[in-house]
Amino acid sequence: MRPVIRECMLGFTRVPLLSVLSVLTIAFSLFTLGLFGLVAVNLRHALTALENRVEIVAYLLRGTPIEAATLAAEDVTAFPEVARVTYVSADSALARAQAEMSEFREAFRDLQTNPLPASLEVALQPGQRDPETVAAVAERLRGIGVVEDVRFGEEWVAGLARLRRIAGLVGGVIGLAFAGVALVIIGTTIRMALLQRSREIAILRLVGATDGFIRAPYLLEGALKGFLGGILALLLTWAAFALVRGGASDVLVAPVFLPPAVIAAGVAGGTLLGLIASLLSVGRHLRPMGVR
Amino acid sequence: MIRFRHVDMAYPKGELALVDVSFEVAKGEFVFLTGHSGAGKSSILRLLWAGERPTRGEVRVAGFAVNDLRNRDVPRLRRRLGIVFQDFRLLEERTAEENVALALEAIGMRPELIPARVLKVLSQVGLSTKARSYPRELSGGEQQRVAIARALANDPPLLLADEPTGNLDEKATRAVVQLLRDINAAGTSVVMATHDAALVREASYRTIELRQGRLVADSARGAGEDLA
Repeated sequence: MRPVIRECMLGFTRVPLLSVLSVLTIAFSLFTLGLFGLVAVNLRHALTALENRVEIVAYLLRGTPIEAATLAAEDVTAFPEVARVTYVSADSALARAQAEMSEFREAFRDLQTNPLPASLEVALQPGQRDPETVAAVAERLRGIGVVEDVRFGEEWVAGLARLRRIAGLVGGVIGLAFAGVALVIIGTTIRMALLQRSREIAILRLVGATDGFIRAPYLLEGALKGFLGGILALLLTWAAFALVRGGASDVLVAPVFLPPAVIAAGVAGGTLLGLIASLLSVGRHLRPMGVR
Repeated sequence: MIRFRHVDMAYPKGELALVDVSFEVAKGEFVFLTGHSGAGKSSILRLLWAGERPTRGEVRVAGFAVNDLRNRDVPRLRRRLGIVFQDFRLLEERTAEENVALALEAIGMRPELIPARVLKVLSQVGLSTKARSYPRELSGGEQQRVAIARALANDPPLLLADEPTGNLDEKATRAVVQLLRDINAAGTSVVMATHDAALVREASYRTIELRQGRLVADSARGAGEDLA
C-alpha cells in the first residue's frame, strides 16, 4: 500500500472514535444542508408548477367579430414572450363558468343575456413569467384596439417572485453557515490529528521528507472524511425524503428528490470542503511546529 | 564536508548561542563536540541540519550553504545527513523495521527496494533479529541502535549525533560508540556532541571544545591548544 494511503488509514484507525465523530458531524452538517436543499428544490418545483398557471386574460370589447378577435390572437401569438393564445368566445366563457361554479347554476339559468365578454387567454413562454415581463406584455395587450381590459393577477405574480427570491436568499445564507460549520469541524479534527502526530512530523522532517509528503495523508484524510460525510448525509436526506413522501400523498405537487447533478455536487462539495479545511489547517499548523 | 566561518547564532530573544565559531571537518573525519551543557554543541548540530540559520558568518555542509538555503531545499540537505538524538526519537507505535522504513518512504525510495535496505541497516547495527520489536520491547542501547539504523538508511556521507549516549548505561554506551566508529571506518563522516570527557579521551578522535558559545579548543590545531 502506498505510504500516503497507509498513513491516511492510520489516521482513521489510531483515533477511531474521533474519526467517526468527525464524519458524523460533517454528515449532519451536510444533512441539514441537504434538507434545506430538498425544501428549496421542492419549493422551486412547486413555484414552477404554479407559475405555469400564470396567464394574462385580455377581455375583448363586446361585439368584437370573430375575425377581428382571430387577427388580434395572431398578433399576440407573434409576441416573443408568448407561448400560446386561446380565444374564448362569450358562449364558451359562460359554459365554463356554469361548469366550474355549479352552485350558481340557478342564477346562470335566469340570465337573459350573457354577461361574460369574449377573451384571449395568453400563456407565456417559460422564463418569461416574471412580474416585469408579465406587466410589459399586459401593457402591449392593452394597446390592441379590440381589447377592453387586461387582467393578470399582478399581486399573485409579484408574490410568487418575492417568495422565490426569499427562498433563494435564505437558502444561500443557511448553506453558507453550514458550510462554515463543516469547515471548522473538519479543520479542528485535522488540527487535532496534526498535534497528536507532531512528533512523527518532526521525525519525518529530520529524515528529509518534503512538505508535500507530510501533508498528503492529512489532505487525503480530510477529503475522505468530507466524502464519507457527504455519502452519509445523502443517505440521511433520502431517508428523510422517503419519510415525508410517505406522509404527503395528497398534496398539490408531488415531492421530488434532489436531482442527480445536485447529489453529485453535494458529495463533491463535501469532499472539497474536507480538502479545503485540511489545507487551511495543515497550512496554518504544520510550519510553526518546527523540529527542535 | 563541513565549514564554519566566523559563525554567530542568536536565540530569538537576542542572546548569543554561538560566537565567532570557525572550524572545518574533512570527508571521513570523526569529530567530538565537547563542552558543558549550554556550551553550544547542539546549536552547532542544529545549524548543520538547518534547524536554525546563522545570524552571522558562513555555514556549509555536504555541499549546501545553510545561510542561503531555501526552506524547500532543506529536505535535500537532510537526505545527505543522518541524525541521531539522545532521546532516540522513535515512533512508539511502529516496529524497529517500520521506523527505519518510514525514513526511506519519506525520501521517496521505491517501495520494492525498502525491505532489503531496512534489513541491511538493521543487520549493520546488530538488530536483524529484533526487526519486529516495538521500541518499548527494546533496551535503551537497542533503541539507539534502531535510531542509528534509521540515520544510516539513506547511506548519508555525514552522521550527526547529539549526545547519543546520554541516556545509556556504560555497556550500551560502549556498544553505540563502537558502532559509530565502525560507521566512520566505512567512510561516513561523524560529528558527535557529548559532555562525557572519559568517552572522548578513550576514543582519541579530533575534539572541538566549546565554552559559552565560543570554540575554545580544537585538537586538530594542536593538542589542547586554547583558542579562547
